[in-house]
Amino acid sequence: MAQAEMVIDKGRARREYMEGVGFLIIAAFILLLSRGTSGQTTTFVLTSHRAGLTISAPDLLIPTDIGLYVLAGLAALIGFWQLARGIERNNLAITVVVGLFILAFLVWATADKSLNMTGMLVSSLVRATPIALAALSGIYSERSGVVNIAIEGMMLLGAFAAVVFASVFDSLLLGVIGGILAGMLLGLLHAVLSIRYMVNQIVSGAGIIILALGLTSYLQRAVLNVFTELNQPGPAIAAVPIPGLWKIPVLGPVFFNLSPLIYLLFALLIFTHFLMNYTRWGLRVRSVGENPKAADTLGINVIRVRYISVLCSGAIAGLAGTYMSIGAAGRFNEGMTAGKGFLGLAAMIFGNWNPGCAFLGSLIFGFFDSWQEKLSLLQVGIPVDLLGMAPYIATMIVLAGFVGRSRMPAADGQPYKKEQ
Amino acid sequence: MNEEKDSNQTKAPSQNQKDERNLLQRIFVRRGAFNALVIPLLSIFTALLIGGLIIAFSNLEVLAAWSNFFQAPLEAVKLTLASMWGAYTSLFEGAFGIPKDIIEAFRIWLETGETRALREAFRSFSESLVITTPYIFAGLAVALGFRGGLFNIGVEGQLFVGGLASAYVGYSITGLPWIIHLPLTVLAGILAGAFWGAIPGILKAKTGAHEVINTIMMNYIAFRLTDYLLTGPMARPDNLPITPEVAPSAYLPALFDKPMRIHWGFFVALGVAWLVYWFLWKTTTGLEIRMVGANPKAARYAGISITVIIVLTMSLSGALGGMTGVNQVLGVDHRLVRAFSTGYGFDSIALALLGNSHPLGVVLASLLFGFMRGGAARMQSVAGVPVEIIRIMQGLVIIFVAAPEIIRSLYRLKKPKEEEGPTVPDVSMV
Repeated sequence: MAQAEMVIDKGRARREYMEGVGFLIIAAFILLLSRGTSGQTTTFVLTSHRAGLTISAPDLLIPTDIGLYVLAGLAALIGFWQLARGIERNNLAITVVVGLFILAFLVWATADKSLNMTGMLVSSLVRATPIALAALSGIYSERSGVVNIAIEGMMLLGAFAAVVFASVFDSLLLGVIGGILAGMLLGLLHAVLSIRYMVNQIVSGAGIIILALGLTSYLQRAVLNVFTELNQPGPAIAAVPIPGLWKIPVLGPVFFNLSPLIYLLFALLIFTHFLMNYTRWGLRVRSVGENPKAADTLGINVIRVRYISVLCSGAIAGLAGTYMSIGAAGRFNEGMTAGKGFLGLAAMIFGNWNPGCAFLGSLIFGFFDSWQEKLSLLQVGIPVDLLGMAPYIATMIVLAGFVGRSRMPAADGQPYKKEQ
Repeated sequence: MNEEKDSNQTKAPSQNQKDERNLLQRIFVRRGAFNALVIPLLSIFTALLIGGLIIAFSNLEVLAAWSNFFQAPLEAVKLTLASMWGAYTSLFEGAFGIPKDIIEAFRIWLETGETRALREAFRSFSESLVITTPYIFAGLAVALGFRGGLFNIGVEGQLFVGGLASAYVGYSITGLPWIIHLPLTVLAGILAGAFWGAIPGILKAKTGAHEVINTIMMNYIAFRLTDYLLTGPMARPDNLPITPEVAPSAYLPALFDKPMRIHWGFFVALGVAWLVYWFLWKTTTGLEIRMVGANPKAARYAGISITVIIVLTMSLSGALGGMTGVNQVLGVDHRLVRAFSTGYGFDSIALALLGNSHPLGVVLASLLFGFMRGGAARMQSVAGVPVEIIRIMQGLVIIFVAAPEIIRSLYRLKKPKEEEGPTVPDVSMV
């Protein structure tokens, strides 16, 4: 036992050392960026212009070089601290330093130019929404011990069904319901395959993704392209300002003037947090995901809990697809989910299977998704396509850096067979 | 019902019991070697059947007939079957060629010695083999990963970087004899693919990051890289998003004159399939890979370095993925076009599953998919059925092969005494 602890300590010390050095390298890089920026000014605009409404706020003016020195200093401080004392909350330290780096990059890129920060935050949140919903979907399923990589496919079918329902019934609400039902349908398929037939859960997921991809592309060409009125759900779901709050500078546009589906996401995040941690149902789900045999002995119906969890997962994945089609794009396009489901899974792992942390992870991806567009406007001299790699590279770094420390539900991926 | 059967089984086999088995069982279950084929074949058959129904019921005339079902029930059934028949005959003709034309072409050839008509008639057949070739490489890539306990979902990205590397070496170097240039170009693509596969392998071995997500991320990075290179550094002088043409000394030579496009790549693919078989089953390293795939804990006790094997397996799998791209660039397109892959990387998962991660199985599955896809183009133009129907069938085949119980209960087959599921890694591993 003592030996094991020593090994862990040794491993930890080495990792802390590596990270400290890494932080210092980042600090040095930020200093490098500050070369030749003396006298330049970075302007972050905080005034929001959306849908013809202007909520004014004073601009944030930063002398570029001083801003970069400060950011480099902070990163170096955390690095030295990590080397000298070690930081308890490791993930937090990494997140903060990466945040500092991104901020430094933005300060540098905006030298003698201006960037609308409020707009960037809003677009990050909007782009993070489907990813966060996908992550939530993954949490429901995996907490009960069923790996669900089919979220991508469930989203795709959800997006398709939402558009068709909304167009046929001329009602966005029915579109949302249709999208959720479609997601649940594939959730049921995944549940039957992986729980009843005990199919390898990744194989089942891969099969469902291919099936959903084929089905939606086929129906798009065979049906939607023939009856174009089926792909016209009208304008996307409009933002609903919350009275009194939406006029607050910066916070108003970022938090209180959003699509109802984003409010729903916030509600789901809080609900899931309480459901998983403070209710009897949550305890059951977690025990089934950690040790199904023990749960079964205590009289919990493992199979039933897993079925319900996977169905919930499908419903939320369907909602994520719905958000992408009638919530944002206003129509269905072939393969429109473009890997958002997988990014959601990465956010879930990043967030250690907790709703709040997963949401944070999704925001990072959303941010990287929107910066490609913003940075190409600023013309920093880096090709757009290379900037577009950022969310994927970030995912890989995050997985490599965090997965060792995150702990997946113990029985995740293992089919449960009741002994006779 | 089931219990009754079970109790019968314990008795000595008698004439009575034999009659109780249904026809399919009597045909298939008797011989062991055939047994392995029953589930895949029935899965394919069922997927074709469901695909046929989807084709029929997205046909307007058929739907109209069914809304009149109570006035003319026979008409509805007849139209449904006619629609399926129409689609699948055009699929068959598209895959193998039109029999009448082939006979006619042979007659012309025998009478005049003119081979042009013959080449025209066999073009469909040759096209199907052209499509089969990348399937074999990609399917082998996934199968090798499966045997080593790894899910390589990144074949699509690996084939893009493999294609990019070989295209670059192919067009930037000129004036070499083919005996040097061709192997050099192929090697560049293989190395690029291996590198692309090795990254998720190293991440898995060193940090435990799951290769499923990382290979998918590598796919997206490869797509972005391709977009970047094709619009900038590697674009043709006229700025179309295409690379310049590869020098003829780097072509995988065609077997016949135009319009037949079948090239040596097909035989290379068969050779590589044999090589993979030899490597996995006849060499020590292959054995180690399979041991890590079957039981990593036992492998570790046997003194095998899991880290090395994981990185090796992913690199080899990536190399095969890269070879897929090389084959397309050097054998078919002779340049790299942005959309040169029609999703070979994703289809390859189905191929490896269907072929039970065995090279021979992968080759057979690739032939099936290649001929289906080859025929699908004609099905789209003649019967108006979108090519995507093939992907639906692939998804169904994966599900049926992975859950043989569904097929068994559909066709009332008996459960074999010892069932071997498809060779697929565990979800939670190492």
